[in-house]
Amino acid sequence: MKKLAIENVDLWYNDFQALKGINMDIEAKKITAFIGPSGCGKSTLIKSLNRMNDLVEGCKITGDIKLDGESILGGTDVNQLRKRVGMVFQKPNPFPMSIYDNIAYGPRTHGVRSRAALDEIVEKSLKDAAIWEETKDRLKRSALSLSGGQQQRLCIARSLAVEPEVLLMDEPTSALDPISTAKIEELVIHLKKSYTVVIVTHNMQQATRISDSTGFFLLGELVEFGKTSDIFSMPKDKRCEDYITGRFG
Amino acid sequence: MGKRPLSFYKELFAKILFGIAASAAVFAVGLICVFLFSQGLPAMAEMGIWQFLTGTEWRPTWNPPLYGILPMIVGSLYVTAGAILFGVPIGIFAAVFMAEMCPKGVYRFLKPAINLLAGIPSVVFGYFGMVILVPFVRENFGGTGNSILTASILLGMMILPTVITISESAMRAVPRHIYEGAVALGASRERAVFFTILPAAKSGVMAAVVLGVGRAIGETMAVRMVAGNQAILRAPNEFLMGVRTMTSNVVLELGYAYGDHRAALIATGVVLFVFVMIINVLFSLLKKKEGAR
Repeated sequence: MKKLAIENVDLWYNDFQALKGINMDIEAKKITAFIGPSGCGKSTLIKSLNRMNDLVEGCKITGDIKLDGESILGGTDVNQLRKRVGMVFQKPNPFPMSIYDNIAYGPRTHGVRSRAALDEIVEKSLKDAAIWEETKDRLKRSALSLSGGQQQRLCIARSLAVEPEVLLMDEPTSALDPISTAKIEELVIHLKKSYTVVIVTHNMQQATRISDSTGFFLLGELVEFGKTSDIFSMPKDKRCEDYITGRFG
Repeated sequence: MGKRPLSFYKELFAKILFGIAASAAVFAVGLICVFLFSQGLPAMAEMGIWQFLTGTEWRPTWNPPLYGILPMIVGSLYVTAGAILFGVPIGIFAAVFMAEMCPKGVYRFLKPAINLLAGIPSVVFGYFGMVILVPFVRENFGGTGNSILTASILLGMMILPTVITISESAMRAVPRHIYEGAVALGASRERAVFFTILPAAKSGVMAAVVLGVGRAIGETMAVRMVAGNQAILRAPNEFLMGVRTMTSNVVLELGYAYGDHRAALIATGVVLFVFVMIINVLFSLLKKKEGAR
């Protein structure tokens, strides 16, 4: 079942065309990885899926992106869209407030007021993001007191707290050490049961370890897209083969 | 040991020169301290510090004269609190607008306008207050118009540039990815600004308020021109009555005062100085907190 459909998407930053004729379907409750060298457009594409590109001045997009068959471009309520399509960033970006308030921020934004309901959401989200044990005794402490890896799992918990359908992850482990990375990968695989995950990564091994499908991008084009096992064992395109075997990038 | 190179002496000379320049400011502060305290403290001691600070009667011409500055301390606190009441909300909202919502074209016009407001001499503010605000308050709220309320509004305007500029830069210093994180959770721009950026900039905004307080409590000329200047202890609900601040007390009477009277005025300056020092300490504590973040 497809969750997201990207149809003929072209995207410009002023005069620079960052994405060229992208077509791809993203399956529900699967992990889709975007790989490719820096500047290939993979981050741009993932940011288009929840309209975070709206924050970039001079960004123009044509074609269509559909979530459950409905276009998310044009007059869509972007706040509602971002509730359904959550995002985790490259650098952990906890708010400078308590761990509890970080998680409760999203639900509060969407109208949850009751203390009991918030308590429940906070506990569930932290458990789902596998960070409950480390934080349950210090929910009132500042989120900035956590380590980088913990902060990133906190940010994942924060995204889960608004019960999104899709989770976008833009190089979520590139700022983390190997142990934290392993924890997050494990977590992502676990999340697949309930969420559709799209992950941008620079790490080939990471893509093979966790993803079901992989798209290889180069210079704004989607060069090859298919099952991860196929892409990494028998890439059809020469450029893709060169990249994953480490000949460039 | 060989001869030292010329550059050594050049550097030494520069060090001494700049050192002297830097000491000039410290020297000035030191001199003021010594002057104020050496002249003010003995007088305070002679009158009885407690009596001086809590006396409600200021009667320098009586026999024996009474020097109680409580009405002035309270007067200063009233107009300062009033200035905060008017200036801080407007200032913070303006800063939010400028840091987060303002189109570039408007900003180009707004920013210099606020800088200009900061540069207007206080006597001009005072004049504006006398001709515009005093009649406005008299006609709309009653009283003579020379009142706590009028002084508060005027001071509120005067602290705006301080509050706006410092709050704005505090908000701009909040990392962009915090804002993005909020928006990515489905928060509207307004919510992201008020519930994420503003709390993150809290200590900077507090510092802006404290500096505004410092400006308000030390302001003399403009307040003197609109506050009515009666040295009478007022209740908070008498905000349409006149009041005298510590600063006005000094400036109104120092010209002709001598002896104990003069000493009592200088002692008023000491009290004011202590207030300002407390404010400065608060400010640097807040700055330190922000730096630690």
